Amino acid sequence: MSQSPVDHSTLQDLVASTDMAFVQELIEAFLEDGREQIAAMRQSLASGDVLVFQRAAHSLKSSSANLGALELSSQAKELEQLARQGSLQGASESLERVASAFPAIEQSLREFGHGA
Amino acid sequence: MERSRPAEAGRLLVVDDNKVNRLLLGRGLEQHGHSVEFAENGVRALEMLRKGRFDLVLLDIMMPELDGYQVLEQLTTEPDLRDIPVIMTSANDELDSVVRCIEMGAEDFLVKPPNPVLLKARIGASLEKKRLRDQQRQLIRRFATPEVAEELLANGFELGGKFVDATAMFSDIRGFTSIAESQSPTDTIELLNTYYTLMFDAISGQGGTVNQMVGDGLMAIFGAPVPHTDHPVRAVRAALEMVELVQLFNQGQSVQGKAPIQIGIGIASGRVIAGFTGTQSRATYTCVGDTVNLAARLEAHTKVLGHPILIDENTWQGLDGQIPATEQEPTQLRGKSAAVRVFAVPLPAASPEPQGPR
Repeated sequence: MSQSPVDHSTLQDLVASTDMAFVQELIEAFLEDGREQIAAMRQSLASGDVLVFQRAAHSLKSSSANLGALELSSQAKELEQLARQGSLQGASESLERVASAFPAIEQSLREFGHGA
Repeated sequence: MERSRPAEAGRLLVVDDNKVNRLLLGRGLEQHGHSVEFAENGVRALEMLRKGRFDLVLLDIMMPELDGYQVLEQLTTEPDLRDIPVIMTSANDELDSVVRCIEMGAEDFLVKPPNPVLLKARIGASLEKKRLRDQQRQLIRRFATPEVAEELLANGFELGGKFVDATAMFSDIRGFTSIAESQSPTDTIELLNTYYTLMFDAISGQGGTVNQMVGDGLMAIFGAPVPHTDHPVRAVRAALEMVELVQLFNQGQSVQGKAPIQIGIGIASGRVIAGFTGTQSRATYTCVGDTVNLAARLEAHTKVLGHPILIDENTWQGLDGQIPATEQEPTQLRGKSAAVRVFAVPLPAASPEPQGPR
């Protein structure tokens, strides 16, 4: 578990300040939004819509940080900064790295949600 | 229920396109006893704000449809919405954007996810400020005409006095004491109420503000707090209307076999010191200074000259020929070292040959 893509202490803090049912709801919201944000980035990358891309990356950065998916958050932040500079050059590769990391994050979050 | 402390719970709107952020913020706010509603973009936020009363908005910057900047911009243009405090919620790498939002009128900001203590403190402070502003607004509504209230709410409630160029008016009922002695107290109060209603209508219809009522007399000010550059014209128009209304009122009085009334009006223009005076529970917009004294003296002088409306030289110049006035003998007025030019404004029907300035 040392290589978990999710920082469990962030999640445990969240449970401590709220409750488990709320954190489960949060996880579901994150997974749903996260998939949409990745889809939106793919689509806007294809159509060249930098602003939509930036917004989706920004949103993913924010929600993944909230749930302790810190590596994902920093990748999303790089994508956001790239878009902010007005160019999506080289974004495709990073985006696919984000997309391929997502299932492991999902699994880790679900395990936490059911295990604690 | 704790009753000793003022309730700080409010109705809050959280605007964020990110569901995780909405849930987290909402949870934190509900834990502090606030009721929270959510909008996922700026368009929806504005719709909800126009429909319901909210005490505070927590606004994300980067959103689809309308972003945070556009929402802020729109809020400032809508009178019903511009006083709702807005706290920006941002990522910690967006501080440049936050500065821009604060310059655009946002009240404060919170970095997401907010620290619970900071969240509580900032929300509490904003709601408290809003509560004070609402109180102030109620105070304004209590004593100001709708027009003045609107002006004050738009441009702020300035307690401190300042010099303004304005026109002061004094009006009272001639021989009121003998009228009061000749009829029942009920009739007297009814007479005063009708009289005040008519006078208020005439004055506020010209953008003036009645700021004192004493017995059968009243004082009004034109050009402040609502700035009208043509305040002398407005004051004289109001005066003509007041005299006309009194004539109509007298027709009703005579039908009922009651005594007619006569009024005298003095008007002077110039620099006055204007501001709000009073206490927390009762305040009034008032004006003082030479101009105000002169208007009061001219009102008293109407008894001497038998003209119902007397104006000073500044007011006459301000009329610029738009309303005719005839110069009277210069008069030595109490409190004035030199003789003062005095002009009478004839009633339209009473004077077929008015003489304008110059």
